[in-house]
Amino acid sequence: MAHASDHAAPAVLNEIKPAELPRAKLVENDRSFAWITEKVCSIIEGKTPTWWWVCFILACFVASFTVAGITYLVATGVGVWGHANPVNWAWDIVNFVFWIGIGHAGTLISAILCLLRQKWRTSINRAAEAMTIFAVVCAAIFPVFHVGRVWFAWYLFPIPNANYIWQNFRSPLEWDVFAVSTYGTVSVLFWYVGLIPDLAVLRDRFFRAGNKLRSAIYGFFAMGWRGSNRHWSNYEMAYLILAGVSTPLVLSVHTIVSFDFAVSLLPGWHTTIFPPYFVAGAIFSGFGMVLTLMLPLRAIYKLEDLITQYHIDCMCKITLATGTIVGYAYGMEFFIAWYGANPYEGFAFINRAFGNYAWAYWIMIGCNVITPQFFWFRKVRENTWLVWVLSIFVNVGMWFERFVIIVTSLARDFLPSSWGYYSPSIVEIFTFFGTFGVFSVLFLLFIRFLPIMPMAEIKAVTPQADAHAGHGHDKH
Amino acid sequence: MAAQPYGLIATFDTPADVMHAAEKVRDAGYKSWDCITPFPIHGLDKAMGVKRSIVPRFSLAGGLIGFTTGMSMIWFMNSYDYPLIVGGKPFFSPLFAFPVSYELTILFTAFATIGGMFFLNRLPMHYHPVLKYDQIHRGMDDQFFIVIDSRDPKFNPTATRALLEKAGGKAITELEA
Repeated sequence: MAHASDHAAPAVLNEIKPAELPRAKLVENDRSFAWITEKVCSIIEGKTPTWWWVCFILACFVASFTVAGITYLVATGVGVWGHANPVNWAWDIVNFVFWIGIGHAGTLISAILCLLRQKWRTSINRAAEAMTIFAVVCAAIFPVFHVGRVWFAWYLFPIPNANYIWQNFRSPLEWDVFAVSTYGTVSVLFWYVGLIPDLAVLRDRFFRAGNKLRSAIYGFFAMGWRGSNRHWSNYEMAYLILAGVSTPLVLSVHTIVSFDFAVSLLPGWHTTIFPPYFVAGAIFSGFGMVLTLMLPLRAIYKLEDLITQYHIDCMCKITLATGTIVGYAYGMEFFIAWYGANPYEGFAFINRAFGNYAWAYWIMIGCNVITPQFFWFRKVRENTWLVWVLSIFVNVGMWFERFVIIVTSLARDFLPSSWGYYSPSIVEIFTFFGTFGVFSVLFLLFIRFLPIMPMAEIKAVTPQADAHAGHGHDKH
Repeated sequence: MAAQPYGLIATFDTPADVMHAAEKVRDAGYKSWDCITPFPIHGLDKAMGVKRSIVPRFSLAGGLIGFTTGMSMIWFMNSYDYPLIVGGKPFFSPLFAFPVSYELTILFTAFATIGGMFFLNRLPMHYHPVLKYDQIHRGMDDQFFIVIDSRDPKFNPTATRALLEKAGGKAITELEA
């Protein structure tokens, strides 16, 4: 059936005889199903490596900076941050948008590439989805604590309260509450559904190894999965639908984040290009982070057969494409500021590039517009160290993008007498620095206790998984 | 008296083998049987005669409920229960209610899809005769099984075993109930 199309190819294809290009292998060295299971499970079953403990303790130490920063903030008041009129949104919102944006690559890989049948997504999607969830956790810290009196943060949700007043649903900030909480929830659900068959593998392996406790824990979450094809049928449909709803979700989340700015009247924020520009930037930064995380993981666990050069190539090319879109958006913002002939808008952009914060602007341009252009070259994409270094530049650049957008516009508002210059306080720096620790702690726990690659999905894209292969054109 | 077995399980080594065997079991008219595979095999649903999944119906219901919940919640809160005056704008408009309703559509669809999948698969089910088979871990790893339920009207210990043997099944074993 699947091969019927070979015979029925349009006449024109027979005439031009398209060259037979070999398809890139998704699993190198013709690995067997059992090899894949063994490889992925051995990461969890083996003894905890020393480097893991070193990283984990270091990550806990870094994470304590966030705990300390937030504790001091809650005990003292939001004034311990460097915010002052006119800059009342600064690192808190910059960090929030930065972390949320990082999450977007995970959903892009798991949902959009699934719908586009990009099979290379399989070996990186589990870790990328984990990255999404942990990035959302880090992101959520900032808006929750920047409300000041954090014990009233529940006012953000439509829960009846003693004032008998409801949330204002005309506000993009309220939309954001729903967008981010839905995003976090659906990401966890999607991740969990993908994990079920692999948890069943671990359940059976730990059971046979005599570790009844771990078998019971994995088994509890595996829901009694038994690989039934009647189950797979519903499972695959559910997975496809989840991918289908996650796609508009991921596009809407950063769109709504951009509404926080675009719906205001501030020059530099009030632009219609923001939603697509933010989404492209989010995917760009997310792929930067995926590369930053996956390349060391690939080297440490010797996963070169599963995360091949082809995978790295694909990720670099997406980074290049989205980075170029971001560069285009920077240019278009300037063009519209000039073409719109609004003096305030024009000033906002001249001020960005040549004002007090020009240093931040040029770091942003350097990291986001120039860095990805190196990925045009195969030599660069094949140099893992260089790719990793460039991915760090992407992360740095995208943080500066949010800083430039948020702070430059606020620091120079309509009334020159209220102009100011914002610098972060040490508490903000601590809190932000610590989130990298929070993220790393969560990610290290993930690679220690959960399969970092979806075994079932990788097996399904190997050549030997094709039940039609080698049997000619028989009729099923 | 020995209890009636749950059924018979046969082992296959490749996806193609299990698929061809599944076609034979399907054509022999069995209804209550299953394949155990470590990953979804393309084309096996057809070989087994499994109909298209009805999970999308749950998803559609979830999505509709989500959207309606969003719209009616915002209308109730900002227009009916406590009309909120903001900049002289209308108390309710589907436009400003749209982003939140859109997110709730997705949220409810996701829950309904997963809930529907678990419901249709009768999961969680931590005890199942198939899971007691001592080689079942291979079915999560690199082997493929066909299980035929003894409650199937066509089930007959000898004839069913012969069918599985003829279809290429190895290590045919009775599963205790």
